[in-house]
Amino acid sequence: MTATATAPVAGENAAAVRRVSVARGYRFELVKLVSQWRIRLVVLACWTAPALFVAAVSRQSTLPSDTLFGRWMHATGWAGSLVVLGFAGTWALPLLTSLVAGDVFAAEDRLGTWRHLLVAVRSPRRIFAAKALAGLTVVLLLVVGLACSSAGGGLLAVGNHPLVGLDGHLLAPSDAAGKVLLAWACVLAPTLALAAIGLLGSVALGRSPMGLLLPALVALAMQLAQMLPLPVAVRLALPGYAFISWNGLFTDPAQLRPLAIGVAVGLVWAVAATALAYAVFVRRDFTNASYDGTGRRAVTLGALPLAALLGATVAAVAVATPSAGSGIGQDKVQRSVAVAFAHLYRMQTAELKRPAVTEAELRVSAACNKGGGQRTAEGAGNDWRCVVSWHLPGVQAVGTAVYQLDITSDGRFVADGDGPKEVNGYFLVRTPIGDAPNPLWQFDGNVELLDTTPKG
Amino acid sequence: METPPAVRARGITRCFDEVVALDGVDLDVEPGRIHGLVGPNGAGKTTLLGLLLGLAAADSGSLHILGAPVGRALAAPEGVAGFVDGPGLYPSLTARQNLAALAALRGGRDARTTAIDDVLDQVGLTDVADDKARGFSLGMRQRLGLAAALLAEPRLLVLDEPSNGLDPAGKKHVHGVLTRLAAEGTAVVLSSHRMDDLEALCSEVTILATGRVVFSGPLSKLAAENGELDYRLLTSDPRAARTLAAGTDGVRVVEGAGEWRGAEALVVCALVPALDELVARLVREGVAIRELAPVVSPLEAAFLTLTQPQEDGR
Repeated sequence: MTATATAPVAGENAAAVRRVSVARGYRFELVKLVSQWRIRLVVLACWTAPALFVAAVSRQSTLPSDTLFGRWMHATGWAGSLVVLGFAGTWALPLLTSLVAGDVFAAEDRLGTWRHLLVAVRSPRRIFAAKALAGLTVVLLLVVGLACSSAGGGLLAVGNHPLVGLDGHLLAPSDAAGKVLLAWACVLAPTLALAAIGLLGSVALGRSPMGLLLPALVALAMQLAQMLPLPVAVRLALPGYAFISWNGLFTDPAQLRPLAIGVAVGLVWAVAATALAYAVFVRRDFTNASYDGTGRRAVTLGALPLAALLGATVAAVAVATPSAGSGIGQDKVQRSVAVAFAHLYRMQTAELKRPAVTEAELRVSAACNKGGGQRTAEGAGNDWRCVVSWHLPGVQAVGTAVYQLDITSDGRFVADGDGPKEVNGYFLVRTPIGDAPNPLWQFDGNVELLDTTPKG
Repeated sequence: METPPAVRARGITRCFDEVVALDGVDLDVEPGRIHGLVGPNGAGKTTLLGLLLGLAAADSGSLHILGAPVGRALAAPEGVAGFVDGPGLYPSLTARQNLAALAALRGGRDARTTAIDDVLDQVGLTDVADDKARGFSLGMRQRLGLAAALLAEPRLLVLDEPSNGLDPAGKKHVHGVLTRLAAEGTAVVLSSHRMDDLEALCSEVTILATGRVVFSGPLSKLAAENGELDYRLLTSDPRAARTLAAGTDGVRVVEGAGEWRGAEALVVCALVPALDELVARLVREGVAIRELAPVVSPLEAAFLTLTQPQEDGR
């Protein structure tokens, strides 16, 4: 038997078929999302909890110094927002994207409403667009909430003061505000990548809980990967790298190359995963009421292309940035420590009301080794040791101070002062107006993983 | 200008992998008619209803809906509404919000207020209009699904087992709505396993078995095509009735079938003309007839007769 009307009849029938616009579908999807108590709850939490957290922690005597910028929460309201940003990149955003994007399609499977929706909208393409846009809107609302709430809480509790950067230099409040805002904007890229992976999981895995968990699992896998001694190119090619590389905004000069790569990779993943989700969605047979995910097709249409994309981005990053190995070398560590020490020394000098000196006058240098010189000074580890030397105008003797460094695979380090006590051996310094936190006792810094040309 | 048929299907075939869900199905539904779709589970009813709603396209054959050819999925013309496999409702929204969201989706500004109240009233859900759909019973969900379909002001209404879970009051509302719609010219195609509903509502039925049409036409034609049926007969004089029945050509007394009502009940098996003769003789003999009804409805009997051989033959 042959079909007599299976040929496209758009011309004949188009006038009679009225499809719902994407704008109307978008509003419909938003209404459905916002009507869910859990979505309302997380929106409320994202707009209030960070403010309360930052305000409360900033006023405590013990600060979360193991968190990036945590040790500066008492000094400026902007530090709290960055603490929240660090936490959000690790935990909150993957879980939130799971909750929103990971469920936006699967919810229709769970409720059995696909046919109803298709009869009303009459276009899987428009349904996909509306759902993706609605999910994106809610994710953006959550990210903006986290950013505004954390910054607002910090500013109200502590105030709009200068922020100490990751190399110890001081950022004016307006500069800090701009960079904090930019940092939040940059993490949108990996957040969108996770959201797109959530869409893909939601489309491909149907009502299976694996679809809901996919962004969180991918984020966890990426975090585990970042803890491994992977080559720099692989590290930068992971779609979540911008959750880390925003740190580079807070050095002078800013480490923009890894950030730009991280953002670009995140956006490429967002586009690719969304396109794959679309491809899977429009091929779905909605007449099958017992549909429960695409199963094997999810692997061929979803996982394999993403694995290929990972390979392609690794190759592209490797070609564009010929950095080999861990990216953490002796020269880079010495340079980072010396620069941070110089900036922070000036801060300590000001606290102690001593005559001001410039970084150029200090001529700080650092000599670092790993494992007491028994091991190659390369890569992450908590066995780095640096001896910092500096000069003071009109003083012949060279000052020295020792630091133990714990460097993680992503280039971030914590320098722990090992003396002398007057310089970096104690957490307080005695100033003319009483004891004050010692900026040289412990400080955070980071090593740019990509090869750089030393300045000066 | 002549109104086109609401549905005109010829030789519709639809397969899912190796399974032939519909095999050369013909279907005609005129405007203003309520057309029942009957068949055992897996007969292809839902697949056919899905094609009418535009959820899928036939693999072969031709389908015209409201006069427009439909050759691909989601190309059903404006004016078709309904549901298959239960109404699609969002439990986190109230009944009114479900309808308002749907109305906004379709772009009917007026539907947000008066029309929503109107359709809620038609299906008897006004009192629970602001309750979340999450707490609705199956019958209430069915009625809300019908209300959602009514919002589209359909010219072809497609309903998959709309009577499921309905209590008598709900059934009355639904029947009232469907009858009124048909009177106003809307074609209604509905499937159901409840023969009493179909007999009460439908002027025509199509019986499907294993994807094929085994009967399609008016209920009266179905009754005429039926073989002998069992009828329950209650009279003022059971003994005389039994004697008269036994003496009427073409009427056979089914022994032991009327014990549920004691000696006063009698079950006879006959074709309609023979039954007419028995009734005339009872009246002539002064025996009052208190009840005369088929033990199994003609539709159900036809259903069993027409579908069981295929089922047995699988």
